[in-house]
Amino acid sequence: MNPVPLKESRALRWMVAILGLVLVLSLTQELARPETTDLISAGTAASTLRRAVPILLAGLGGIWAERAGVVNIGLEGMMILGTWFGAWGALEFGPWWGIAIGIAGGAAGGLLHAVATVGFGVDHIISGVAINILAPGITRFLSREIFAKQSGGGITQSPRVESVGHFDVPFVSGGEIFGWATPDIFGWIDDRGWFVVSDLFAVASGITSNVSWATLLAIALVPGTVYVLWRTPFGLRVRSCGEHPVAADSLGVNVYRMKYAAVVISGGMAGFGGAFIAIEQTGIYREAQTQGRGFIGLATVIFGNWQPLGAFLGSILFGFADALQLRDRTAVHALLLLTGVAVGLIALRSLKRSQPVGAGVLLLISALMLWWYLVTDSVMSELPPVTPHIATLIVLVFATSRLRMPAADGMRYRKGQE
Amino acid sequence: MTGRRILMALAAPVSAFAFSVLISSAVLIAVGTNPIDAWAEMLSFGMRLETLVETSNRATPLYLAGIAVAIGFRMNLFNIGVEGQYTIAALLAASAGAAVSLPAPLHILFIIIVAMIVGSLFSGVAGYLKVTRGVHEVISTIMLNAIAWAMVGYLMRTWLADPNDTTLNLKTREIAESGRFPNLNGILQTFTRDIKGGRELGGFIIIAVIAGIVFHLYLTRTRSGYDLRITGLNPFAAEASGVDPKATVVRAMLLSGAVAGLIGLPEILGDDFKYDLSFTKGLGFAGIAVALIGRNHPAGIAVGALLFGWLDSAAPILDVRGDAPREIVSILQGVVVLSAVVAYEVASRARQTQEARDTAIATAAPTDTGSDKPEGEAGA
Repeated sequence: MNPVPLKESRALRWMVAILGLVLVLSLTQELARPETTDLISAGTAASTLRRAVPILLAGLGGIWAERAGVVNIGLEGMMILGTWFGAWGALEFGPWWGIAIGIAGGAAGGLLHAVATVGFGVDHIISGVAINILAPGITRFLSREIFAKQSGGGITQSPRVESVGHFDVPFVSGGEIFGWATPDIFGWIDDRGWFVVSDLFAVASGITSNVSWATLLAIALVPGTVYVLWRTPFGLRVRSCGEHPVAADSLGVNVYRMKYAAVVISGGMAGFGGAFIAIEQTGIYREAQTQGRGFIGLATVIFGNWQPLGAFLGSILFGFADALQLRDRTAVHALLLLTGVAVGLIALRSLKRSQPVGAGVLLLISALMLWWYLVTDSVMSELPPVTPHIATLIVLVFATSRLRMPAADGMRYRKGQE
Repeated sequence: MTGRRILMALAAPVSAFAFSVLISSAVLIAVGTNPIDAWAEMLSFGMRLETLVETSNRATPLYLAGIAVAIGFRMNLFNIGVEGQYTIAALLAASAGAAVSLPAPLHILFIIIVAMIVGSLFSGVAGYLKVTRGVHEVISTIMLNAIAWAMVGYLMRTWLADPNDTTLNLKTREIAESGRFPNLNGILQTFTRDIKGGRELGGFIIIAVIAGIVFHLYLTRTRSGYDLRITGLNPFAAEASGVDPKATVVRAMLLSGAVAGLIGLPEILGDDFKYDLSFTKGLGFAGIAVALIGRNHPAGIAVGALLFGWLDSAAPILDVRGDAPREIVSILQGVVVLSAVVAYEVASRARQTQEARDTAIATAAPTDTGSDKPEGEAGA
């Protein structure tokens, strides 16, 4: 293999991008008034990661199904099944069993979706919507039958459940090795308060301390999905069903079987996401606690252009929005400054490319955002939770032509068709 | 032939319902209750006049939601955003209605028009994004739902809530007497007995029936409705025959949103006279279910809405008598939807196969003579 020139090295580009992002966030944090300390901090980083995981899992679930050509609007319903079965399993057999049973619950929803769409050829959207209607009905009934009869539980919630446990990474965040406490290097640098450097290490410290084992497993599923879908014969077959099922069939791929497998995996991932919410994030099953995260996961699929890494970045972004609004709303206010400046820069670029109309509109938006930043001290509490939705709409409006979904996504395939 | 077709059309929903009852019964047996007792209990309670009044009240918004969804579905346009559209329409219509004073019929008409405009503006965004930027309406309406809820929360907290109200339950100002929809108790009671328990038969059912009739006439008697239907059946053929696909999408989206705007009004105009935090949610999604069961046909949707409304009205007796948990009804409803769409798919495939076979038989004879001829010529 030829040595990659340093300028084109992917790893380097990623490092530069991350450094740039930290620098920008640090600067914003320094300049923003009223002051904020939570725009970039260990707490925000940790919270972002924790909130990104369920979205990521739903997104990966969406990628699995859509790569096989099955649109999965039912992710939300499968996630709901995951929350209930996850909590139930954790109560009955322990937290890891809870995760496993939550995955199984979601996978059962996926199987249902596969039977309807692949087996019977029902329209994918219709079947997904039906599953989203069915799932809360099932969990409501089951809660009534099981949780309501336990102490601390009720029709809409379970007793408290235990988490699967956490760890600190040794040597960098003070994790223990055989009972010997290693130094907490990242935390130490964070405490020094050095401009940018400390912020960088604060983020590193946030995502390496007190990490749930389930988070680790979820993140491992990103390279895992890339590997299976793009590096194995099974993955190639699954993807071929999403691109051109008729051609795949003519080459001897069992299209139905591949679609079934992919949609069941998809449901399992969404179920994992649901179980994560119940067991790790809140420590309790509560009705409607998914709060539409299955739909946000679907948004990350589009956001990330049907690529696992893209969905991962999307989920981090949405997790960040989620984390900020819960921790510190002045930090969200500071983001107005950042967004306003960023839009202004894009406007200048449009002007340089002699697109005066677009530049004018963008400049106006930028000016409005900066004005909004200057005349207010905080943004309304309703805005941050919907930033993922607004961001998705904006991406779809401006980048639809650059997105490429699997060619036969959503197609109702019947064996023998032409 | 027509008799057989009607039978085939009925076979799918009936078998789907039977299947759902079977599944729900199995679930009840699994949790140790006797399903026959439960269903009998629901049937006898469900035939009481009060329950039927409640059924009608619950079916009215469901029917409107079903129609709103069906307008899109008829041309393969999935308006998942009915949920958000009706919520924001109800809030703004209730606020606008409380802000004006007009004579009775005009006041009601004003509120209805505001609700329809707000609903269609909101769904119009999705339609506009679809035709100008190619954004799929399923994704945009899902995103717009969340945005609508955020807007409702913000507007309620800041501008539209009644400032004189000191309770924690935020609410808009009450609509004056002239803006309230009369109930139909008087008319119903001349035919039956007195309705007990303070129940009122909501008058908005009249608007729902009118909406259903207009929907049917629009689809079957107007050029624009015809365009919408054939676009759903075959978009390429429709475009080739001169239908403007973009205009049709926008029109369908606007109409769907306008009807969606009506969904919250039975509650606003007939019951609460204001929008508050306890405003009924989920009617948009339930409307999707009802439209799917009713195969997007005005009469079918009515059956679906009445079925769901009746199940919701009759279920509470299960808790009162303690025979079975009432939540079994939500399982039943979920299974009905899923099995109905599967049953329709199976039935439509069966019909297609049958039609293909009929055509093959009908055309077989001339084709045979046709294929004989060239052979004869070749022989000669």
